[in-house]
Amino acid sequence: MSENSETTPIGARGCESRRVVLEARDVSKCYVLDEIEVHALRGLDLEVCDGEMLAIIGPSGSGKSTLMHIIGLLDRPSSGIVTVEGEEVSSMLPNQLAAVRNKRIGFVFQSFNLLARTTALANVELPLVYSGVSGAERSRRAKEALERVGLGDRLNHLPNQLSGGQQQRVAIARALVTEPSIVLADEPTGNLDTRSGMEVMSILQDLNTEHGITVVLVTHDDMVSRHAQRIVALRDGKVVREEIVEKRVIAHERRAKFDAGGEE
Amino acid sequence: MNLKESFRIALRALNANKVRSLLTMLGVIIGVAAVILLVAIGTGVQDEVTGSIEGLGSNLIFAFPGNVEQGGGGGGGPGGSIQKQFSLDDAEMLQRRLGPDDKVVPVIQAAAIAKVGNREWRTTMAAGNEYSGEVFSADYASGRGYYRSEVSASSRVVIIGASVQKELFPNKDPLGEYMDVNGQRFRVIGTLVEQGGSLTGDQDNQIYLPITTAQRLLGTRDISIIIVKAADATQIDLIQQRIKRALKPRFGEEFSVFTQQETLGILSQLLGTLTVMLAGIAGISLLVGGIGIMNIMLVSVSERTREIGIRKAVGAKTYDIMSQFVIEAIVLSVAGGVIGITIGWLGSEALKVVVPTQVTPWAVALAFLFSAGVGVFFGVYPAYRASRLDPIEALRYE
Ligand SMILES: Nc1ncnc2c1ncn2[C@@H]1O[C@H](COP(=O)(O)OP(=O)(O)OP(=O)(O)O)[C@@H](O)[C@H]1O
Ligand SMILES: [Mg+2]
Repeated sequence: MSENSETTPIGARGCESRRVVLEARDVSKCYVLDEIEVHALRGLDLEVCDGEMLAIIGPSGSGKSTLMHIIGLLDRPSSGIVTVEGEEVSSMLPNQLAAVRNKRIGFVFQSFNLLARTTALANVELPLVYSGVSGAERSRRAKEALERVGLGDRLNHLPNQLSGGQQQRVAIARALVTEPSIVLADEPTGNLDTRSGMEVMSILQDLNTEHGITVVLVTHDDMVSRHAQRIVALRDGKVVREEIVEKRVIAHERRAKFDAGGEE
Repeated sequence: MNLKESFRIALRALNANKVRSLLTMLGVIIGVAAVILLVAIGTGVQDEVTGSIEGLGSNLIFAFPGNVEQGGGGGGGPGGSIQKQFSLDDAEMLQRRLGPDDKVVPVIQAAAIAKVGNREWRTTMAAGNEYSGEVFSADYASGRGYYRSEVSASSRVVIIGASVQKELFPNKDPLGEYMDVNGQRFRVIGTLVEQGGSLTGDQDNQIYLPITTAQRLLGTRDISIIIVKAADATQIDLIQQRIKRALKPRFGEEFSVFTQQETLGILSQLLGTLTVMLAGIAGISLLVGGIGIMNIMLVSVSERTREIGIRKAVGAKTYDIMSQFVIEAIVLSVAGGVIGITIGWLGSEALKVVVPTQVTPWAVALAFLFSAGVGVFFGVYPAYRASRLDPIEALRYE
């Protein structure tokens, strides 16, 4: 890590006066493959505070994606408790989980996961389709979301007619079109070049600072993680370190510097 | 989410995967069209043949030389193995024995060449006696049938079918005109109304002569078959027995007597086999179509499973997924079915030029239900399985 951030011991976290929007308590995930057990998560604890921007880092295979899928309600833990805005999730039926994913959580995948042969606009409309917003209202909101990520002129492009960075921005637009309180992004810049990565980070940081949306992102990149307010490091399926970022990287400034030809 | 929305999603998804949709539909189209067409041919041929026998008139009894049941003779035509042919005397004897109410007609059928001026035409001559018109319910367009006196005098008079008239007398009234039959001069005394039909030989391409004239023309004393029309429908079996008894002394076992019902039965049985064979081929086309549908659906399972993963990740409920895929499958099957039925039906109409066809509702229903069933099952079942996975498992599906 760098000299301008301070490391705090594990367990000293806590949201103080702020609400806990996402909580994982003693969560384990165990995959059984050919009778060999793989423990992706081993009794992990994590709290995500309302309105914070949190980065999760850790070596490959440490369980970052597994954790994101579980707190994004896309997967179930083998044991442990997950709560979303105070509500425990494990007792919910699949359709109730679908409703929570739809209304409160926006998920951005490393591999975009857009519907093929479907326009950017239709892709962004998708969550609204399932929340019962229809007609003009739906396309208006989808358009708005695409404009917010700078793709107002690419509404009718198909995913394969867009660059990787643009596809990721469509995915972000899809994640925020339902105005969720939480956006989870698993290596959102992982597949992108530096410049596209900066654009994606400034969108995510804007969401957090200007709209107060809680953002959790996974990254391998030190620089990317320091866009967040707090960094949690995983190893072997556990939180091994936690750090408050003293001097956040401001995505706009960094991008401006980059465009002016400054050093990375 | 309401049904209208489900429809919109399904149509959008079909539109987004045009090739897949078209190939699936093609499977249904091929299966349905093939079955309809083949069964239509089978049924059409059967109807036509039985129809043409029924069209001869009713209450008919046919006597053939040769023993059909023992396989000695074969059909009734003048085959080489038939020992003894009927003659006019046999017919007259039968008429005497049966009395005046039941009409006996000796029949000869043979190829003939008709000629008017320098127009020549290949046709079939059918010869009978003065009862022919009544027994075979002849439908005269103009003129008359031959008189008894003309039969006994071997008069060279002829009645012509509609095709013959068209060919040899294209723009004049043939009545009273002369034509050559096998080199002899005949006077046209009647013309017949067009009957249509093509399978049992063009029934309009026939000329009709008195039996005695035909015998002289062909240089024979034999006749092909004897046909009896029973005056009373309830007496048919009895008359059949009397005919058998009358012919036995001279022919022993070397003759066969069938009622029209029996003849129809034998023919329908034969033609039924044809229909079953065609239906078998049709069944294979259905199967091939079905396998095509299955293939497309199974090949796209991983893509569709990922699609389902994406939809679930953004909040689709099980019901939303299922309604989308059920509607997709039904839309494809119904569209394919309708196109297949249209093609099969138009095809059978077009084929009527070559072979009689008759579209049967059960074939349409069966073909449609089968193809649609395969389409819906292989469209919906994988979707059902995928809809029960956790979103992340569906997204990871390989
Ligand atoms: N579906 C699965 N079946 C079996 N094992 C799995 C599965 N998914 C993940 N694992 C295992 O769980 C562990 C954690 O995987 P995970 O994807 O969470 O790691 P990660 O921290 O996201 O790694 P990366 O940085 O490479 O994306 C790994 O050892 C992986 O092999
Ligand atoms: Mg990962």
